Amino acid sequence: MDITIAIIVTLVGAATPILIAALGELVVEKSGVLNLGVEGMMLVGAIAGFAGQFYTGNPYFALLCGAFAGAAASLIFGFLTLSLSANQTATGLALTIFGTGFSALAGAPFSAKPVQLMRPLFPAELATHPVWRVLFGYSFPVYFSFFMVVAIWWFLHRTRSGLILRAVGENDLSAHSIGYSVKGVRYAAVMFGGAMAGIGGACFPLLLTPQWAERMTAGRGWIAVALVVFASWKPFRLLAGAYLFGLVMTMELYAKAGGGPLSVIPSELWAALPYLATIIVLVLISIRRDATSNAPACLGKPFLPSN
Amino acid sequence: MQFRLEKRPEPSRLMLYVTPIAAVLLTMVIGAIIFSLIGYDGIGAVREIFLTPLTNAYKWQDLGVKAAPLIIIGVGLSVAYRANVWNIGAEGQYIIGGLAGTWVALATYGMTGPWILPLMILAGVVGGMLYAAIPALLRTRLNVNEILTSLMLTYASVQLIYYLIRAPWKDPMGMGFPQTRLFSEAARLPNIIPGTIVHLGVPIAIVVALVAWFIMSRSVFGYQMRVVGAAPHAARYGGFSENKTIWLAMLVSGALAGLAGVLEVAGPFQRMVPGFPTNYGFTAIIVAFLGRLNPLGVIFAGIVMAITFVGGEVAQTTIGLPNAATGIFQAMVLFFLLAGDILVRYRLKRVVNQPAAGAA
Repeated sequence: MDITIAIIVTLVGAATPILIAALGELVVEKSGVLNLGVEGMMLVGAIAGFAGQFYTGNPYFALLCGAFAGAAASLIFGFLTLSLSANQTATGLALTIFGTGFSALAGAPFSAKPVQLMRPLFPAELATHPVWRVLFGYSFPVYFSFFMVVAIWWFLHRTRSGLILRAVGENDLSAHSIGYSVKGVRYAAVMFGGAMAGIGGACFPLLLTPQWAERMTAGRGWIAVALVVFASWKPFRLLAGAYLFGLVMTMELYAKAGGGPLSVIPSELWAALPYLATIIVLVLISIRRDATSNAPACLGKPFLPSN
Repeated sequence: MQFRLEKRPEPSRLMLYVTPIAAVLLTMVIGAIIFSLIGYDGIGAVREIFLTPLTNAYKWQDLGVKAAPLIIIGVGLSVAYRANVWNIGAEGQYIIGGLAGTWVALATYGMTGPWILPLMILAGVVGGMLYAAIPALLRTRLNVNEILTSLMLTYASVQLIYYLIRAPWKDPMGMGFPQTRLFSEAARLPNIIPGTIVHLGVPIAIVVALVAWFIMSRSVFGYQMRVVGAAPHAARYGGFSENKTIWLAMLVSGALAGLAGVLEVAGPFQRMVPGFPTNYGFTAIIVAFLGRLNPLGVIFAGIVMAITFVGGEVAQTTIGLPNAATGIFQAMVLFFLLAGDILVRYRLKRVVNQPAAGAA
């Protein structure tokens, strides 16, 4: 029983940053923009969140720092791809290279300095019983991620603004000719995605390892991008996908800690498993016929109105 | 007075070649300003990173050695990107190439003979090619995005190094360090200039670029890659198979990344160590773009990026600039280059105000 609870709690912790970042990317892609810079924006958010927590000790402020930093980083991408219609794939890659370098530079003074992990949202009395711990034992970002799954689904499918955003992603020229600002909508989506990636990145020092490490997101941003494809651009499937990856990563942690049947397999294979699982998941999803048919029609294409 | 962007009837060839140079110069100016603002010696950083490697003749050998893998990988990537095939897992193919070469070196340990090095190089090329074949297969058969698969395979290949040098390939005399033994003499890349660190990989890089330039500009293969990338519909009409192009693009870029990997392990490293992945595969992406996806341009771009690598190390020791600063300068080059792309397709036109509105 205790081990099950412990596994669930670890799993939720591993899944949350990916889920938050992937939800942001989902909205970006729904608007027709492919931002491959998620990993870079997460790293920028991670160091901003770390610094926020280090100087103020207020984890909510730290999350806000992460959000702002991620959004600021996404503006570079937005300006290049939306205002200057630069190649989105290349610009996203450049953003990841930039974020990796920037976070390493900004994080250098913080090495080997610990911060406080974020405390659970609910009072400890609520989480004393193991079962209650599974429900009430987490800190704010976990509940935030659940809330955002529902909120983003509701926004995309039940609001007028969501409809406009989807229209821009499906047919930018029509949306433009009706009079919607394609660029404006996409800028907003890109910045929202940046803020979410930043929050997801800030979760690393706040929830997982309370100190700064270069490249601490270790490719989770790329997994988030893959998850959006896996989820066929649907928020609730994204939730399922993120928890599937949380499970894989939890198994890795337990295998590394040693003991049990998991440690028969070399620890390096466990460490490689999330990445291999991503490939497997992408293969499985593509075997299903409808998989990519759900992709926004304008995804990754520059918006070039004739006049 | 206002400026307006006007689409050019044809992409400007002048701008195509001017913008990479402008991107590097802008990076130096803006980089100096930004690094000064955040409390570093900005002008010193730019001087050490971009100029010292050029002015200090003793650093030239480092430039050659660092530029060689960047050029070899960059040439492969430029062939792939030309065809709109987004192999961004060159780092992984580089690693597998290095591991395949290591495997041959360890299997022939203690042996002599001029056949060992060519065999290692062959293994490296095939290794990189096979690793790139995975995303190619998944893309052509199942339409799985090659960006994600090639990148995920890179993360997995790093773990493969760790496993191999921790367990089966561990140096028995290595005092517990996770690394392989030092290769025997026959498995090491010879130096071509005595008294320097310049190894055979440097001329190989130049030859690779020249051959690739010739093939891309003068052969049907090169034409096919360019047409499929630039106009997929026309290419299909012309009977060029898209799948075949994807395969060729992935295999060529994988083979060259593998070649770079085996040359690195047999040259500068001479054994497999945990620090073997040096991000050449990722930096080569910048090299390919900065070289305008043209093998000859890649030679120059490879040298520019090598300058920032060597200069980054200089700046680390002379003015205490963290190593990560190099990455920021490299990313800035790419940002400015991508931003400048708009000038290739559009021109800035001065909009003269309506006379009725009066002189401004």
